[in-house]
Amino acid sequence: MSEDRLTIGDYPLAEKRPEIVRGKRGKGLDEITLDAVLEDRVALEDLRITARALRQQAEIARAAGRETLAENFERAAELVEVPQDTIMRVYELLRPGRAQAKGALLAAATELREQHGANIMAAFVEEAAAVYERRGLFKKRF
Amino acid sequence: MAGEPGNFANRWKRFSDWDERPLRLDKFAIEDAENGFASFASRHDPKPGLTVAAGGVETMDGTGAPDFDMIDAFIARYHIDPEIAPEAMAMPSHEIARMLVDMNVPRSELVRLAHGMTPAKLAEVVAELSTLEIAFAYSKMRARKTPGNQAHVTNAKDDPLQMAADAATAVAFGFDEVETTMRVARNAWSNAVACAVGASVGRWGTLFQCSSEEAEELRIGMAGFTSYAETVSVYGTEKSFIDGDDTPWSKAFLAAAYASRGIKMRCTSGAGSELLMGFHEKKSLLYLEARCLCLQRAMGVQGTQNGGIDGAPITCTVPGGMRELMAENLIAVWLDLECASGNDARPTESEIRVGAKIMPFLIAGSDLICSGFGSILAYDNSFNPSLLNGEELEDYLVLQRDFEADGGLTPVEETRVLALRTRAVEAISAVLEELGLGQPTDDMKASVVAASGSDETRSYLPRDAALISESIKERAITVIDVIKALATRGFEEEAENLLKLVRLRVSGDYLQTSAVVRDGRVLSAINDPNDYLGPGTGYRVSKARRDEIVAIRDVLTREEVLRAESVHKAAEGKRITYRTMGPAAGGNDPNEVVIGISPAFGVKLFQTVAGHPLSAILRELIAGIKAEGGRARVVRMKHTADTSFLGLSAARIAGSGVGIGIQAKGTAVIHHKDRLPHNNLELFSNSPITRLEHYRRMGANAALYARGKLPEPVVVPMRGEAMGSRYHARVSLIYAIETDMTAEGAAPEEVEIAFLGQGA
Repeated sequence: MSEDRLTIGDYPLAEKRPEIVRGKRGKGLDEITLDAVLEDRVALEDLRITARALRQQAEIARAAGRETLAENFERAAELVEVPQDTIMRVYELLRPGRAQAKGALLAAATELREQHGANIMAAFVEEAAAVYERRGLFKKRF
Repeated sequence: MAGEPGNFANRWKRFSDWDERPLRLDKFAIEDAENGFASFASRHDPKPGLTVAAGGVETMDGTGAPDFDMIDAFIARYHIDPEIAPEAMAMPSHEIARMLVDMNVPRSELVRLAHGMTPAKLAEVVAELSTLEIAFAYSKMRARKTPGNQAHVTNAKDDPLQMAADAATAVAFGFDEVETTMRVARNAWSNAVACAVGASVGRWGTLFQCSSEEAEELRIGMAGFTSYAETVSVYGTEKSFIDGDDTPWSKAFLAAAYASRGIKMRCTSGAGSELLMGFHEKKSLLYLEARCLCLQRAMGVQGTQNGGIDGAPITCTVPGGMRELMAENLIAVWLDLECASGNDARPTESEIRVGAKIMPFLIAGSDLICSGFGSILAYDNSFNPSLLNGEELEDYLVLQRDFEADGGLTPVEETRVLALRTRAVEAISAVLEELGLGQPTDDMKASVVAASGSDETRSYLPRDAALISESIKERAITVIDVIKALATRGFEEEAENLLKLVRLRVSGDYLQTSAVVRDGRVLSAINDPNDYLGPGTGYRVSKARRDEIVAIRDVLTREEVLRAESVHKAAEGKRITYRTMGPAAGGNDPNEVVIGISPAFGVKLFQTVAGHPLSAILRELIAGIKAEGGRARVVRMKHTADTSFLGLSAARIAGSGVGIGIQAKGTAVIHHKDRLPHNNLELFSNSPITRLEHYRRMGANAALYARGKLPEPVVVPMRGEAMGSRYHARVSLIYAIETDMTAEGAAPEEVEIAFLGQGA
């Protein structure tokens, strides 16, 4: 990002910094109008959050002293482009007893890292795998 | 006497009376930490403690890292700030407790220290505070300055028309968030669309959620129909967590997933859930909750729905349970989390306990005071009845007015509610028609607009809703389709409102802590931080906001009272005439009883508070006096409007020395000339329940006193009605009309009355 680090003075971005707020296909907030929707110039795709917006919000959260919230936004930024099915599959795998062995979680981590560039999230899943192993979660529940 | 049943009572009957009160439907549990029934302390709670080494946390609250369960591990890894921990953990708990209630210690300093405190430490600190101190600390520590509220909008039939009408109604009353759920799981999509449309009527900005199965909820969110989620539950013991079918990592993953879809999210936790799930580890409710809350901060969620929630009823069975619910909320906001502070699942049948439960939150304020408030009738609440429901919404509005406290709601005029409900029903009907999902009839629509609850509607049933819902899902209808349908059918304003709500996702501003939308602007802990530092700081009810809060319906004015009296004036004109005969002299007849009427009696005021025409009152008094051989004389007092002095003045000029004083509102006294003003013979102070027969007997007794007898005093039976609340406003306005007409030193006037018409 070329601009300086955002601070709480830039918040809300939609009001204070509308020029840096862009939808997934580059549309600015002023382009997302009812007319544009009716003329099919705006689709649901344009109303999705972007990884960039989440990282901007992470900067603001961090400036407000909310480190853990910022980290959540950064994890989320990595998931923006991850397909819904993949998200639901990894979530399901993280639930107790779904993975029968550590390997399944490690494979999911690798997939997140290699196919989606989700490095933080991959490490997060690997960390879960280690804790699950220590706490005996890799067992059949139903 | 033994062995003779019925001869003597073996029970004070008051206990039988108490047995009949709603309170006795509540069951209370003995304090028993071994079995999980302890609010603040159990001997199994660990002592606070923390050691940190280069590799991270080594021990926390008495457990070494190798033995950490998943919750410990997650808290140690993500919540504990090793830079702050040594300082924070070394501070005595009572000292930190004092800082929480010290207005000079800023919130930010306490939030910083919390980042270095373990669950046991946080619990130990808040346990030092009294209930009052917890409420005060909560007010100081909550993240966003402006308080808000959340509504449940559901109905027993999953009827989309009613859903839309009730959502619009909730929005009109000012709720910042609306949460729905279904009776039948597959109706989620229909509910979501109906609420989204309803919530776009009237204004924009009310955030909306559809509580359903995790994957389904996320899908509905992705389709653009919902803007927040709060069903991500966490628990304070590992076994409960696993039975809840999640882990801290899976929930944190889900939290990131919601954020990645631009959906605001908070977790849910509350005392009692571990107890209900059977894995409480003999720990106190507060300690387990402190773990849940540290975990939520660790996960990086912006907020929590907290304060018992579904566990509130069981928590309220334990001594200190309600205080515990407040204490856990305090930990939540101290950890800098948005707090949707419970006050939802109804924990009691006692209205007194309900009112007491809500009060601290109403006066302290909260990000979302209820999570949520049942804006619909209790039987329509698909979550279960809330602490407060549609039935009690006006009580809540009045509490706001009583305490000049902003509970997040605003009274709305009847005509406006009706217009909004009509508009909402028309809007959702247009959407259903336009998208080929349904053809609501005029009768269906009309029944919903007027209905207080689903018992009164002739509209869609759960099966109809299921068909609509499945069609929405199968055809992958999104919010864009709904926006287009609204606009095409002439609901441009609603289409705009809905689009604005979905557009919030692009910037993500509303993902920050405690975000709501007010007047088209995102308001959160970032741009509306709680800056309380004593009187004059923090949230204050502004003049404009106060005007809104006090504007409840049916407020009495002086004009209204005078208008009502002018109606009675005409009627009384046909029943009685009063003729002024000049100054009243003292009487000589030993049987004479003087009736001293007040200045406005029959002049500006014409009926008693009980609704009796004043002519009828005089008729009864005179008849009663005559019946016991007395002679009545009517005198108007002009120097006083006070009952006692009316009576005493009348007695002083009566031949017998006995007089009756009566005000236009019907309050009366029998007096004797030699008694002190407020030490009368008989007082009739409850005019609203004083009947004509009582006035007749009053006259009779006065005549008997005149003859030196001691009659049985007239007792006006009263059943403990709170008469003051019903009549005082009117009575004070009426009395002011009387006092306005008094003149100091004015002499009593002889009045000749004549009854007209029937019975003259």
